[in-house]
Amino acid sequence: MSLTNERIQQRLTEKFGEQVGGFEEPYGMLTFTAQKDYNLKVMQFLFDDEELRFQFLTDITAVHYPERKNEELAVIYHLHNFQDNVRIRLKVFAPVSAPKVYTATSLFLSANWMERETYDFFGIDFVGHPNLKRILNVDEMTYFPMRKEFPLEDSMRIDKDDEMFGRGGNI
Amino acid sequence: MLDQKQHVKLPEGSLEKTTTTLNLGPTHPATHGVFQNILEIDGERIVSAESTVGYIHRAFEKIAERRPYYQITPLTDRLNYCSSPINNMGWHLTVEKLLGLEMPKRVDYMRVIIMELARIADHLICNSVMGVDTGALTGFVYLMTYRELIYEIYEEICGSRLTTNIGRVGGFERNFTPAAWAKINRFLDEYPAVLQEFEKLLTRNRIFMERTQGVGGIDAKRAMSYGFTGPNLRAAGVDFDVRVSNPYSSYQDFDFTVPVGTTGDCYDRYLVRNAEMWESISIIRQAMEKLKGLPDDVFHADVPDFYLPPKQDVYTKMEALIYHFKIVMGETDIVPGEIYNAVEGANGELGFYLISDGGRSPYRLHFRRPCFIYYQAYAELVQGAMLSDAIICMSSLNLIAGELDA
Repeated sequence: MSLTNERIQQRLTEKFGEQVGGFEEPYGMLTFTAQKDYNLKVMQFLFDDEELRFQFLTDITAVHYPERKNEELAVIYHLHNFQDNVRIRLKVFAPVSAPKVYTATSLFLSANWMERETYDFFGIDFVGHPNLKRILNVDEMTYFPMRKEFPLEDSMRIDKDDEMFGRGGNI
Repeated sequence: MLDQKQHVKLPEGSLEKTTTTLNLGPTHPATHGVFQNILEIDGERIVSAESTVGYIHRAFEKIAERRPYYQITPLTDRLNYCSSPINNMGWHLTVEKLLGLEMPKRVDYMRVIIMELARIADHLICNSVMGVDTGALTGFVYLMTYRELIYEIYEEICGSRLTTNIGRVGGFERNFTPAAWAKINRFLDEYPAVLQEFEKLLTRNRIFMERTQGVGGIDAKRAMSYGFTGPNLRAAGVDFDVRVSNPYSSYQDFDFTVPVGTTGDCYDRYLVRNAEMWESISIIRQAMEKLKGLPDDVFHADVPDFYLPPKQDVYTKMEALIYHFKIVMGETDIVPGEIYNAVEGANGELGFYLISDGGRSPYRLHFRRPCFIYYQAYAELVQGAMLSDAIICMSSLNLIAGELDA
């Protein structure tokens, strides 16, 4: 394994300077954030660079942090370099009021459905996506269910008649 | 002859559609699962395809945000339900990595045995169903006997067959019984001959070869771009295997090869899966050998904070009662952290992206489901193929509806 996390960090800061930051290594995986408008540029650089070669997109997902003002939604990319067997994690934060980030579909064909899933559950608007519509939920849905403002049903509620499900009926 | 067109009254200036729209699924016996493909066909040729998923979406990621860690294991069962133990182990390994727990070697090897049995069960279904889709039912009913035996082994170990919920964070719930070992040995004794016969039935079978060669092929570069992993990527010629690249559960102690194909078509996927079954048999044999040198009463790590104490101790000992209560109520301390851990599932890289904020449930849990990611290539794979090729292509990709929808 010739490509080290330090080297990747060095190359990225050389190229993007202030636009990338927050470097850390939880459980050995290099994690960093990029400015919202730079996600595609950073991924393109990681893809094309002859030393870095992050040419496999493992996963796209999002996380909702309601308490972070103006960067409530984080889009998480996991990238993999097969030759050197290095994985990295790229985070892009976007405000929940206008969660727009650039699509990665031009770079990875697999990003298509992953971004649709992320849109479906978090409402991230991937700018430039060829077919951004819901994938797992019904098309008529009007909200984004994985956001934290939608809690699951309280398991202790007593106003529900569960008799048909063998849970004793009205308490 | 009567001209059909004279009966159709189309508005002035409209174009006549020459292709037929065909709904393949959602509940079609040949799709082996609940997903739909809207095919546009011209005679027998597929002009375009559109895949629709989500028919059995169960919101596991949301449910997981309310559950203590040990209650998430049954959710993972229902991802790839043809090889549930791999999903279970993947989840345990993720949590153990988050908590920094070290497993004894014996637990690792027992897990390897279970995971490889699950891989065989999964590949066996996929390949024999490919036979069914080409019209060869014999191999299917023959191999099913041995999936049954694998399920009996699960049953001896954990009590259930399909959705296994096998093992715990920190090891296994109980030691393997002598009956379980006997069944594993019986499987190792009998299965190789059966697999050989199965290969004799299909591998050089003219009809099977004609039906699968050159069907649904994809080159390595496109397969990588489409996010293929597992046997489907290896069939296209990329020797990527998580067991080798990021070894977990002591896979580095085993000697096995990673079979690769060249063209990435249905036939290559079949060959790769068959070759992997042979490798899995060899890995199980090696594990059985390695286990001989280890104490045979170790089946979990010594981590009382996370591993349930024996029930008789709960009734008689104070500490055991406290630990039991804390674990069952989900009151154990989990370190905050962020982790991505992947295992080689039967279909490819099965990843768990877990964010813990120190609470009783994960703050966020995301499953990287290999099926979901590579299924989007299906439309491209079948474009220009015959309708019957679409069926065989679907079964050779080994699409599992549970894994598609999570």
